[in-house]
Amino acid sequence: MSSKTVMSAMIGFYIAIFFLYLFGPLAVMSVTAFNTPNYPTAYPFEGFTLDWFVKLWNHRAMMEGLRNSIIIGLGVVAVSVPVGLAAAIIMSQIYHRARGTFYLVTVSPVLTPGVIIGISTVIFWKDMMGMTDVTKAWFYKGVILSILGQSSFVAAYALLIIMARLQRFDRAQEEAALDLGASHPQVFWHILLPFLKPALISASVIAFLSSFENYNTTTFAILADKTLVTVLAGEVRQGTTPVLSALAVIIIGMSLLGAIIYEVMKRREEAQAERNKENAKIAERSDLGEAGAAGLK
Amino acid sequence: MSAGVELDHVTVRFGQFTAVDDATLDIKGGEFFSFLGPSGCGKTTILRTVSGFLDPSAGKVRIGGQDMGGIGPNKRPTALIFQNLALFPLMTVADNITYGLRVRGMSKAERMKKAGELLDLIALPGQGDKLVSELSGGQKQRVAIARALAVQPKVLLLDEPLSALDLKLRQHMRTELRAIQQQVGITFIYITHDQGEALTMSDRIAVMSDGVIQQVSDGKNVYDHPDTPFVASFVGENNPFAGKVVSADGDYAAVETPHGVLRGRNDKKLKAGDRAILFVRPESFRLGGGASDATLASETISSAFEGNATHVFLKGATKKDITVTVARHGGHKIPVQGETAAIHYEPAMGVVLPEGKMARE
Amino acid sequence: MSSRLLVFLIPFAVIAIFWVMARSEKKLAHDPTHKSFFERNGMVLGITFIMLVAFWSLFLVVLPYLYMVVESFHPKLPPMQRGGPDDHLTLEQYKSFFFEPMDGSLNTTHMGAFVFTIFTSVVVTAFNFAICYPLAYYMAQAGSLQKVRLIMLALIVPYWVNEILRAFSLRLLLASKGLINQALLGLGLTEKPIDFLALDVGLYVGLSYAYLLVMIFPLYNAIESLDKNQIEAARDLGAPWWKIHRDVVIPYAKPGIASGCTMVFMLAAGSLAAPQFLGGPSTLWFTSIVYDFFFQAFNWPRGAAYAFILLAACIAFVMLMLRLFKVSLGETIK
Repeated sequence: MSSKTVMSAMIGFYIAIFFLYLFGPLAVMSVTAFNTPNYPTAYPFEGFTLDWFVKLWNHRAMMEGLRNSIIIGLGVVAVSVPVGLAAAIIMSQIYHRARGTFYLVTVSPVLTPGVIIGISTVIFWKDMMGMTDVTKAWFYKGVILSILGQSSFVAAYALLIIMARLQRFDRAQEEAALDLGASHPQVFWHILLPFLKPALISASVIAFLSSFENYNTTTFAILADKTLVTVLAGEVRQGTTPVLSALAVIIIGMSLLGAIIYEVMKRREEAQAERNKENAKIAERSDLGEAGAAGLK
Repeated sequence: MSAGVELDHVTVRFGQFTAVDDATLDIKGGEFFSFLGPSGCGKTTILRTVSGFLDPSAGKVRIGGQDMGGIGPNKRPTALIFQNLALFPLMTVADNITYGLRVRGMSKAERMKKAGELLDLIALPGQGDKLVSELSGGQKQRVAIARALAVQPKVLLLDEPLSALDLKLRQHMRTELRAIQQQVGITFIYITHDQGEALTMSDRIAVMSDGVIQQVSDGKNVYDHPDTPFVASFVGENNPFAGKVVSADGDYAAVETPHGVLRGRNDKKLKAGDRAILFVRPESFRLGGGASDATLASETISSAFEGNATHVFLKGATKKDITVTVARHGGHKIPVQGETAAIHYEPAMGVVLPEGKMARE
Repeated sequence: MSSRLLVFLIPFAVIAIFWVMARSEKKLAHDPTHKSFFERNGMVLGITFIMLVAFWSLFLVVLPYLYMVVESFHPKLPPMQRGGPDDHLTLEQYKSFFFEPMDGSLNTTHMGAFVFTIFTSVVVTAFNFAICYPLAYYMAQAGSLQKVRLIMLALIVPYWVNEILRAFSLRLLLASKGLINQALLGLGLTEKPIDFLALDVGLYVGLSYAYLLVMIFPLYNAIESLDKNQIEAARDLGAPWWKIHRDVVIPYAKPGIASGCTMVFMLAAGSLAAPQFLGGPSTLWFTSIVYDFFFQAFNWPRGAAYAFILLAACIAFVMLMLRLFKVSLGETIK
C-alpha cells in the first residue's frame, strides 16, 4: 500500500507498544489482587478472591499512613498554593531585572533531588526547634516537617501553573474595576482571583497528588511517623503480598474515575462555550438587521 | 450632573520620551469633546491621565475645579470605556453593569433593580442573566456604556470604543453615543483616530500630533480654518503647495510655489519672505482657468470615477499628486491622461500657513 | 544562639530591603505607568504576598540548604557534644568520599557508586528521550485535538499510582519467578530463570518508567508551538522525514529537549525508590548510600556532605550539558 498507510500503521503500533509499557505492569499487578495465592502472582490464576481488599482494610499501619498522607496532602495544598500565588503575582508585577534570580531561587527545588530537600529540611528544623522546648512539643513532628519539605518544591509547581494563567490576564480588567471604584483588595478578590480559579484548582490537585505520592523527601522528613508511601516502601522491602496489589487496584480505579469525571466536565464546558458562541452569532445577525432602526429607547 | 475638565500645563514623560507636552485645555461640563490624532500622538495618554491611571510628570488635572493630584482612578468622578471594553468575562451582564455599585456597597436587590433600568436604557431588556460571551459586538459595546454610566460619573472617557466594530455598526453607534450623551448630559471625552467619528459627534475637537495639541475648535473650524499644516493635512484631504510668501495684503497672502504664485487666506498674518504652505482642498478646485493668482495647470496622471464625484490626479511638483474632486453636476469634461489641465479655486478657499510638519508625509 | 536570632531577623530585613527597593525604583524610573507594588495590591495583600514568598524562599529553600551545607562541615558527634569543644569545622566528611577514614585507602566503593549513578542516569535520560520524542511529536503535530487529550489522560493516569507501587508492579514482571520468566520458561527460550533484577535491567526499566512524563511534557510543549507550515514547507522541498526532524523540529524544540533531559537526569540521579526496590543486591546507588548514612550509620554530617556532593555534581553536569548544547538556563525551566 501507500507509504502513508504504512507510516500510520507504524505510528499506531508504536503508540500501542508505548502504552503497553505504561499500562502492562499495572494491569498485571491488578490481576494479582484478585488471585488467591498469598504471594502476588498473575499466572496461573488459581481462584478469584476479594480477601486482599479485606486484609488491606484491616492493615492498621497502612490505614494510619493513609490518614497521615491525607493530612500532609491537605497541609501541602494549604501552604504551597497561597505561596505559589503570591510568588506568581510578585513575579508578574515587579523587578524585571531581578526576576531571573528570583526565578532561579524559587524553581531550584524542582530540580533538586528530593532526598536532599528531605535531609536539609530535617537538619534545619531540628536546629530551629533546639531553641526552646515549647516549639519542640508541636513543631518537630514528621507530619509538619513533611508538609514543609514537600511544600518547598510543590510551591514551585503551583507557581509555574498559576504563572502560566496570570500571563494571560488582561490588565484592562484590573483597570476597569479600579475605574469603577473598586479598591485594590476588591480587584484582587473580585477580578483576579476568579480569573485564576482554574489554575488554583489545578495547582491544588497537582499539589495534593504530588504530596500524596512523594517518597524521596518524605522518607526523611517523616521522622518516626509514617505515610502511606513509607508504609508501602517498608512492605515492599520486607517481601510482597497481594495486599499491595489490592491497594493499587483501588488507586487505579480512583484515577480512572477522576479521569472520566474530568473528561465529562471538560466536554460539558466546551458544549457551553459552543452554545454561547452560537448565541453571540445570532445576536450579531439581528444587530445588523436592526442597526439604524433600533438603539436607544 | 456633569463637570468640566481642565488640563493645566500637563506634561507626561515616559523616561526620555515625552508623550504629552504641555497640554492646556478647558473642557466644559456637558460637552462632547474629542481628541483626534494618529496612533502614538498622546491622546490615550491624556485620557489615562484624566482617569487617574497615570500621574502627570508636570502640571495639574482638575475635574469640576478640584485638583486630582494624588487621587486614584477609583476615587475620581470619571468612568472609562476601554478600547477592548474590558468587560468581566466571568460575570453576567447584570453583574457587569452593577459592578461599580457593588463595590460601593449597594445591596443585591437594589442592584438588580438598577440593572433592569440600565438594561432598558441600552435596549437589552431582560438579558441581565446572559454571559458576556453570548453577546454580539454591538451589545457588548452597550453593556460597557451601561457599566460606566451606572456609577453616575460626571465625566465619561471613551478610548476608541468603536474600533472593534464593523463599519455599518460603527456608523450606527455614532448616532447612538451622541444620543446617550444628550440624554445623560454629562461630559464625554472621546479618543479617536477616525476623523469621521470626531467630526460627526463632537462639540469640540482637539487635534493632536507628537504629544502636542495642535488646535482646539469645533469641527467646522478645524476643517475650514486649520491652525497648523498638521491639522490641515490630517483632517480631510488637502493639497499642499510649499513656497515663500511674496506679498501679504490685509487678509490674503500670495505664495511663490513651483506652480506659480498662488493666493490664499492669511489667517496667521505671515509677512513677505516667510516660508509657508498653501493648502487647497480637492473639492475647492474647479476645472478651467480663473484669476491668475488662483490658477495652475499640470499634466493629468489619472482619474477615478466615484459615482457622485470624480477624482482627477494631476502631476504635482513634489511626489504627491494634486487631487481635484469634480462634483457631478454636468457640463464638465474630465481631462484624459496626459492632457494638461488648468484648475482654479476661490482664493478664500486657500489657506496659507507657516511651514511645519504635515501628517503622513 | 545568635545565629538563630539572625534567622528570625532575616525575613524582616528582607521586607525592609524590598520596601526600600520599591521606593527607590519608583523614584528612579520616571515612568508614570509604574505603580509601586503596594499601590497595586494594597498594603495588607502586598505584605501578605511578600511574607509568603519570603517564608518560602528563606525557610523552605535557602536556609535549609545552607544548614545542610554547614552540617556537612561538622564532625560526627553525639547530640550532647554538639557546640562543645570537639565541634569544629572540618573537611573530613568530604575527604571520606575519596579516602576511607579507617585506613586512608581510596574509597572506590563510594566513588564507583557515584560514577555508576551518573552514568545510569545519563543512559536513562537518553533512552527516555528516544522513546518519548516520537510520541511527543505525534501528539504535538499529527494528532487531532480529541485524540491528544485522550493520550494526555492516558499518560497521566498511571502516574497517580505512586512510585513504590509502580516499582512493585515491575518487580512482579521481572522477578525470577515473575511473569516474564514464566513466559520465557514456558516457551522454552531459557532453562533457568533470568535474574533481571541482579542484571540491573529492573533498575533501568524502573527509572525510565518513573520519569516518562517528565520527559514527554516539555517535549510536547516545545514541539507544539512549532508552526505546522514549517514542516509542510520542508516536506514540499523534498526533505526526507529524518532530515526534517534533524534540521527543523529538533533545533526548534531544543529548549524543551534540554528541559526534559535536565529534569529526567536530575530526578533519576536523585531517585531512591527504583534503586531500592528494583536494584540488584550488589547494586550500590548513591542516594541509597546517603539514605544509609542517615538511617543506619546515624552519620548525618557525612550524609549531608554526600548529598551536597551529589547536588553539586548534578548541577555542574547539567550546566556543562546546557553550555554544550547552547541553551540558557532560563529557557529550560519553563
